[in-house]
Amino acid sequence: MKEELEELYRYRELLYMITYRDIKVRYKQSIMGFLWAILMPILIVMSGVMVRYAYAMVSHAPLKTADIASVAIKSVPWAFIVSSIRFTCQSLFGNRDLVVKIYFPKEIFPLAAVLACLFDFVVASSALLILLFLIKIGWSIYLLWVPVLVATIVLLCMGIGMIVSAASLFFRDVKYIVEIFLTFGIFFTPVFFDIRMFGDRGKWLMLNPFAPLLDGLSTCIAHHESPDVQWYLYSLVFSLTSFLVGFVLFKHLEPAFAESI
Amino acid sequence: MSDVALRMEHIYKKFRKGETYNSLRDLLPALTGKMFRGQELDAGDRREFWALQDISFEVKRGEALGIIGHNGAGKSTALKILSRIMKPTKGCMIVNGRLSALIEVAAGFHPDLTGMENIFLHGTILGMSKREIQSKLDQIVAFSGIEEFIDTPVKRYSSGMFARLGFSVAAHVDPEVLIVDEVLSVGDYVFQQRCMERIQAVIRAGTTVLFVSHNLKAVTEICPRTMLLEHGKVLAIDQTDVVARRYLGELPEAPEENKPVYVSKVRVRDRAGEQSTFESGQTAWVDIEITAREAVDKLAVVIWFTDDAQYTIFNTSTERLGFAPVSLKAGGTYRCTFELCLNMAHGTFQLATDIFRYDNQRSYDRHNRAATIFIGSSMAVRGAVNCFPKLIDSETIASSTEFCEV
Repeated sequence: MKEELEELYRYRELLYMITYRDIKVRYKQSIMGFLWAILMPILIVMSGVMVRYAYAMVSHAPLKTADIASVAIKSVPWAFIVSSIRFTCQSLFGNRDLVVKIYFPKEIFPLAAVLACLFDFVVASSALLILLFLIKIGWSIYLLWVPVLVATIVLLCMGIGMIVSAASLFFRDVKYIVEIFLTFGIFFTPVFFDIRMFGDRGKWLMLNPFAPLLDGLSTCIAHHESPDVQWYLYSLVFSLTSFLVGFVLFKHLEPAFAESI
Repeated sequence: MSDVALRMEHIYKKFRKGETYNSLRDLLPALTGKMFRGQELDAGDRREFWALQDISFEVKRGEALGIIGHNGAGKSTALKILSRIMKPTKGCMIVNGRLSALIEVAAGFHPDLTGMENIFLHGTILGMSKREIQSKLDQIVAFSGIEEFIDTPVKRYSSGMFARLGFSVAAHVDPEVLIVDEVLSVGDYVFQQRCMERIQAVIRAGTTVLFVSHNLKAVTEICPRTMLLEHGKVLAIDQTDVVARRYLGELPEAPEENKPVYVSKVRVRDRAGEQSTFESGQTAWVDIEITAREAVDKLAVVIWFTDDAQYTIFNTSTERLGFAPVSLKAGGTYRCTFELCLNMAHGTFQLATDIFRYDNQRSYDRHNRAATIFIGSSMAVRGAVNCFPKLIDSETIASSTEFCEV
């Protein structure tokens, strides 16, 4: 484990190069690259606003700016989660030639896939920042939570990414299963809705490790409050565990990649 | 550090033929079937085969070992195990030092990136640091010979340019152990020569090299020692000419049918007797005996040499040398001896023979590999032939002052 992490560290320049390659290829036409980065977040935000509008109509409560902000704040990281898991899932398959022919730590592929999506996330976030500035959301000391929460999301995506990328090499239908989860996952994660709408039963939804993180982001940015620390710790432990389990599993399966691809 | 660069000890590798469970949809019912009914989980176990069996060898630091064998003999599997892409089923191995494999020279390239970007990408994939690439950038670009197109996306490159750039990057990795797997099959002749020179320079610099190729000439040029693999087993590890002869000897010969006349004996000899290894420029005698089963007329004996690439580099016959056609009665034999000056440069050559009737163009008994000869050369000659160069004049002419002052 320690040796393997050291080896990964030795190959950090390769991680950087593969990430750079993935980004560079996508942003070859810079305008299209930018549009691509914000396309999915925009669609998710718009559908979120639709859902919240419908909810406001039914409950006869006015749709507040903070609610729209909250949907937007949670949609952008959700787009990152979806695209990074989708991208990692095909990362080993898409680099088949390299997996079969040259030796280096192969976890670089799923990790680079997450990092490349992180770049898209940063681009989309700057667009979001402009939106938040326009609707005068304001700021508070709790914004310091943002990098912590984002880092935890990245860690969790990397862990899941390593598991699904390795699994999809051995079982060809894993990518379809992952796709189904990514499509319907949004209904089980507080993106369009708020955990508090469910009252007491909301805690069951918080068991989804992404829920406390997304909810935390909206709490500290839109509501200027501290996220629930206990739920955050739950997500952190979950993320660390999935990263470690993913890494160990990946390393265990790695020697068999070349044969089963 | 020990002087062993790499060693394989009793390496076995098992593969499965056919498909195993490669989707969850198939696996889960099979698993439950096993749990509830005690069914055999994997029928695939019986369809396995051994790609490598008990492979043991050792390469000393700075040594160049050739690996030859027919397709499917296990060469690539052995290399993949050495480069740690695959794990052996059993056995252990030791690799001392940084290992780099030239297996597929351009595997790391991305078509949308430019040549320059791909140098950095491929270089890091092969284990170089960014600074290392930066310092060798000029060399790499110059070696590839495609300076003009270095800022063009590689998808617009020809396959030759693609391979050249790939090899240039790979050739500058400076590993301690270099694995070369059939990379010389790309690029034009000039570039292949450059690759060979580069590999030889790498060997002279003390790098251990494992060289896999079907090109026996290249193997004889580069490796003093060679290993022959067949069906996943080591058939021989010995001096290259000995192993190469064994390899070629195992090619299936045309079955002896009831030909009216056949070559009954072929012998290549030097002054002392039968011989297969010659120095470039030495004289050799080829004795050929043909025997007739039935009466045949107007025969000529044809001999020719082919090189590794199956090119005919020399061809002659009794008739062309001015001898009248031979007619044989049933049971009759005819002998002839050719005296040849072996002006080839370093390499392995096949002697081929035929009994030919020129007026009706009939070939009676053709042997493409009647004998194999190895030409060694201590002289500084490369290429296909030896022109026995002598340097008879060499002087440096200082720039003359008269010219400068005009």
